[in-house]
Amino acid sequence: MAMNTQGRPSRPVHAPDPGAYSETFSGSKGLDQAEPLIFERGDFDNCGVDLPEPKGLKTRLDGLERKSAIGLPGLSEPETMRHYVRLSRKNYAIDLGLYPLGSCTMKHNPRLNEKLARLPGLSDIHPMQPQSTVQGAFELIGELAHWLMTLTNTPCVSMSPKAGAHGELCGMMAIRAALDARGETGRRRVLVPESAHGTNPATAVQCGFVTDEIPADASGRVDMEVFKSKLGDDVAAIMLTNPNTCGLFERDIKEIADLIHEAGGYFYCDGANFNAIVGRVRPGDLGIDAMHINLHKTFSTPHGGGGPGSGPTVFSEALAPFVPVPYVIQDGETWAMVEHEQEARDLSGGEPFGRLVAFHGQMGMFTRALSYMMSHGSDGLRQVAEDAVLNANYILARLRGEMTAAFEGTCMHEALFDDTFLKDTGVSTLDFAKAMIDEGYHPMTMYFPLVVHGALLIEPTETESKAGLDRFCDTLLKLTEAARDGDTGRFLNAPVHAPAKRLDETRAARSPVLTWREDETAQAAE
Amino acid sequence: MSQTRFTEDHEWIKTEGDGPATVGITPYAAEQLGDVVFVELPEVGKSFKKGDEIAVVESVKAASEIYAPVSGKVVEVNGALEDAPGKVNEDAHGAGWFFKLEVADASELDALMDEAAYQKHVD
Repeated sequence: MAMNTQGRPSRPVHAPDPGAYSETFSGSKGLDQAEPLIFERGDFDNCGVDLPEPKGLKTRLDGLERKSAIGLPGLSEPETMRHYVRLSRKNYAIDLGLYPLGSCTMKHNPRLNEKLARLPGLSDIHPMQPQSTVQGAFELIGELAHWLMTLTNTPCVSMSPKAGAHGELCGMMAIRAALDARGETGRRRVLVPESAHGTNPATAVQCGFVTDEIPADASGRVDMEVFKSKLGDDVAAIMLTNPNTCGLFERDIKEIADLIHEAGGYFYCDGANFNAIVGRVRPGDLGIDAMHINLHKTFSTPHGGGGPGSGPTVFSEALAPFVPVPYVIQDGETWAMVEHEQEARDLSGGEPFGRLVAFHGQMGMFTRALSYMMSHGSDGLRQVAEDAVLNANYILARLRGEMTAAFEGTCMHEALFDDTFLKDTGVSTLDFAKAMIDEGYHPMTMYFPLVVHGALLIEPTETESKAGLDRFCDTLLKLTEAARDGDTGRFLNAPVHAPAKRLDETRAARSPVLTWREDETAQAAE
Repeated sequence: MSQTRFTEDHEWIKTEGDGPATVGITPYAAEQLGDVVFVELPEVGKSFKKGDEIAVVESVKAASEIYAPVSGKVVEVNGALEDAPGKVNEDAHGAGWFFKLEVADASELDALMDEAAYQKHVD
């Protein structure tokens, strides 16, 4: 036989004590690559791009030009790519697993959205281009506006707000303008339920209002008796989220709308949780006067896809005259953008409260949201809401026997638990959340809403399959059992399998280091 | 003679004779808040009515308002909390005091709880 001498070991060898080699020489651990800050990796004297030395350069800065180096790290293109890819591998993402962050609606972002958002005619345009060259983009904005008005049954929408809280600002500024136009400058009190997103009272105060808190009743909804007692001729508006942040539908919403209108105030609805009712409920039918819609929640692209969000705000007939510029209009076959207040007054006789943004909205988010809407269709969007609510209730039903549900009955799009089930275990909500990281899940929202002690707020969205939800629930039930059995080490040390271990949030808040400096950063690390 | 009274919102107020009253939050409140990372103190010389929002205490979990336990004028604040908010957790009844009030109406103190009643309130 012809002898082949190229054999190599092809079975694992069982050397003694493999655990002794958990530390490595390089600091990397297999696919978990050690990665310093880019400032520590880079070299301040080099530049990743070769540019010819400019010849005969004359500046007009008259001696004010920078004399010293700016101190940016210089890395080659592959080094830069590796830096960010390595960092991304230490992170959790919606494309990696279930992301049950309550109130954030971390749903799958379909790849079709991305394909369309990257079309050069939409992605490579500039806001200063002549209007005649961006007719397609205007038409897309107009089409999206049409869908939003149809889904909410409202006559007007401002596409300008660049995030949810910006949409709130847009709505509350319109309310303020409407009150001023009525000459009712004494109406300055805004009613806000105590479970509201923190941005609600912050927005009201920013617009010159004072806030007045409405407590929740035992069912987790607005306490109607207290609400009625707070109505008066100094009330400007109520800001209400529906479904609310406890994941519950405000059943009295129509009565709330009627009462606030009777009292002479307006109804601002926070549409952050529109995902739970899209296609099923038209907020315009419920009597809302203004509502922002987080495109980056209800219509995919969670957390703005890591970039900007988008919070178009719809308005009722009563507030429509005050909608801010800019906005797009259609005149026959041609689209145009109304950019200036005077232009808007001349065109429609309205009284815009001002110019909300320099340039119109987030084009990339508009494209993704419209792509999501059109690929689902109106029946598909209705099913989105149904599946999101069904999934949340499946989690609630599977877990409520072992974990303690905060409220009786079913929920809408998110399941809310309190920390009663952890009582006397020595494990806090925070510890429980950290243990979920070790199990490969992003934690749910915790300690919010504030009305529930040690809250755990879980929102699966319509993205997850039953099999995925079962794996998630099985894990949470095992963790609950471990906490009850006194296996506290699993929680108090967690996370032990993550690239970063338990962080010292107190120290981070008390002595934050916000700017990288060679010496100070080294000192702070000691 | 000194006496300490408590509010339902977990503030304590300690009076000594006719001198100004010292106000802070209870150890129970400090524990519930978690590590305090920031305290916003009132302006010295400013007057507040009982129940007015007078200071803000921020932990890693949330920001909470402190209400004036009785009406009065602020005569001194515990500036040490600005650099060392952790004192609220370490010694809520002592070094973690917030401010001193010149009490406007001593009878308002009588409406507050004594220590035994407060203990019952938090149990």
